[in-house]
Amino acid sequence: MPFIDAVRLALNTIRVQKLKSFFTLVGVMIGVMFLIAVVSIVEGMGRYMEEDFAGKLLGVNTFTLRRFPNIQVGNVSEAQWREFVRRPRLYEDDIEFVRDNLPPGMKSAIQSENFVYASTAYARPRQVNAIATDGDYFDIKRYELERGRVFSRQEAEYGRPVLVIGQEIKDHFFPSLDPIGRELRIAGIPYEIIGIIEKQGSLFGISMDRLAIAPFRSPLRRVTDPRGDVEGLIVQAGSDAQLQEAMEVTREVMRGRRKLIPAVPDNFAMETSDSALAFFAELQGRLRVFGMALPAIGLVVGAMVIMNIMLVAVAERTAEIGVRKALGARRSDISRQFLVEAATLSLFGAAIGIALGLGIAEVVSRVSPLPASVAPWSIGFALLVGAGVGVVAGWYPARRASRLDPIAALRQE
Amino acid sequence: MSTSTTEPGLTVTAERRAVTSQQGATPDKDWVIVTRGLKRNYDMGGEIVRALRGVDVAIRRNEYVAIMGPSGSGKSTLMNVIGCLDTPNEGEYWLNGQLVSKMSDDDLARVRNKEIGFVFQTFNLLPRASALHNVELPLVYAGISSSERKKRAQEALERVQLGDRVHHRPNELSGGQRQRVAIARALVNRPSILLADEPTGNLDSATSTEIMTIFQALSDEGQTVIMVTHEPDIAAHADRVIVLRDGLISNDGPSSTVIPAYTSGHGG
Repeated sequence: MPFIDAVRLALNTIRVQKLKSFFTLVGVMIGVMFLIAVVSIVEGMGRYMEEDFAGKLLGVNTFTLRRFPNIQVGNVSEAQWREFVRRPRLYEDDIEFVRDNLPPGMKSAIQSENFVYASTAYARPRQVNAIATDGDYFDIKRYELERGRVFSRQEAEYGRPVLVIGQEIKDHFFPSLDPIGRELRIAGIPYEIIGIIEKQGSLFGISMDRLAIAPFRSPLRRVTDPRGDVEGLIVQAGSDAQLQEAMEVTREVMRGRRKLIPAVPDNFAMETSDSALAFFAELQGRLRVFGMALPAIGLVVGAMVIMNIMLVAVAERTAEIGVRKALGARRSDISRQFLVEAATLSLFGAAIGIALGLGIAEVVSRVSPLPASVAPWSIGFALLVGAGVGVVAGWYPARRASRLDPIAALRQE
Repeated sequence: MSTSTTEPGLTVTAERRAVTSQQGATPDKDWVIVTRGLKRNYDMGGEIVRALRGVDVAIRRNEYVAIMGPSGSGKSTLMNVIGCLDTPNEGEYWLNGQLVSKMSDDDLARVRNKEIGFVFQTFNLLPRASALHNVELPLVYAGISSSERKKRAQEALERVQLGDRVHHRPNELSGGQRQRVAIARALVNRPSILLADEPTGNLDSATSTEIMTIFQALSDEGQTVIMVTHEPDIAAHADRVIVLRDGLISNDGPSSTVIPAYTSGHGG
């Protein structure tokens, strides 16, 4: 029997027994639904990490030259930590030397951060995320201003105490006031507010709007880097290839400057968004495995239901199988008929499951910060799984049907 | 009984003996069925039932044959073997010049599809399918295209005067109509033999006559018809009757001579 006839027959059988067919495919449907939902959520988390987390916190195509890494994958051993602490600090002349040697077209900015108390006459003191920086920082971080301006080259050069603040600073310290031109005191020193950054939202519940950004040469430096060093230099390249090149150049420059012989490892760190994302990639991988276990159980149950129903169908249609055999159906024709029927049922379940899974993903992205994004591969995968479950579940019943003795089958009513 | 009728019968019988005794030789093209020493045993829970104990049958093309016998005589087993649903333990079965007794399952399926048209006592139509689709079935397994199938199934149904019932389901048809659908289905692939198992067993006498008329017409058109029955008045429609008893042929000849002997034998 040609494949197309088998499919037509299967569709016909399903149409005749709508309710029974539906109950048969519920298991697969639920399995696939969870599969799509879980994959979408996990993928959404991944996208969230890469775009929002890496983009907001670290910047796209950036690396940060630091004394030692800020974000660590797993635990740092005692010995490692001691090595970190023994490393020489980075100073402004190191930074300038690296900057002078970077390939053209790179954006860079000093980045020194600390959480410190700030105060105004209008509100209680509160911790802010104080950042001392220069150069292309706003550009690299893609901070758009809601109002005001960023500090100029001259202001950065001469270290004027000017401040660009985040939304939360505005809301807390200047309730129903225009902050522009007003003052915010950090560690006792007043800064003039010149710009307000648009709302950045939060990352894992940590607000990204507590920013208080001042020129690196302003007094804020004493707060962010009390030892007179520089916490890090953030460098952004136009592309991944350029990023690799810039990192290579930086490594050579730093090693040369510190006179490191080839056998000695780097005594500085270059942190990329990749190294930070590695941690989350691992987390995501685990989530994916656990997330898959749930749908897998659904699919196993679904397969069992289909197998059971197909065995019943074989028993019910024994006479039909006998007739078909008498009329010239070969074993392969009979087994194909039942396999295709099982696979079609299962595919139907998968299709409904995909639709429901997409619905769940949509709901999750609406009500939670996770932008559950549907991976196109997961739909293909779900269909494949659906067909696979059907074939696996239908295999034994189909084999049983194909091996029925036509005489015995015909005798059955 | 005049000599003019018995003599040709006798010569045919002699010829049959000759055909069935040549072990291993491919029979002449005229013989659509030749069996040589067919034996079929069943193992019924340790007890061996010898359903066929060496049956030699030779049937010419265009013969109209009835196989008779009381229950347990082996006539069903013989029909199953002739219908390629079952294979003998011993002996040869030549169908249309092919030695089918040693064929694999799939080859037997192909032979059933091409050479044999079954008509069953209980019609055995697919209940959820239309008359047209039921008739199409053998063509589906013959791998014939959908449009060609529809055309030929329609023709076959028209041949049994059911051209206006093609989209009816079996439960919307009378018993006689159902059996006519089954006959159309049996004929649609132009088989070498039409094999009917108690074709009138579930029908009233008027409908039975109707079915027998169709069989007679088919036989007149050149179709080889073999039917298994235990009813002498149905068997009487056939030209030749083979009587089985205890797994052996007990009588074989024109219906006009065999049936009276069979009924009197029954009567005691």
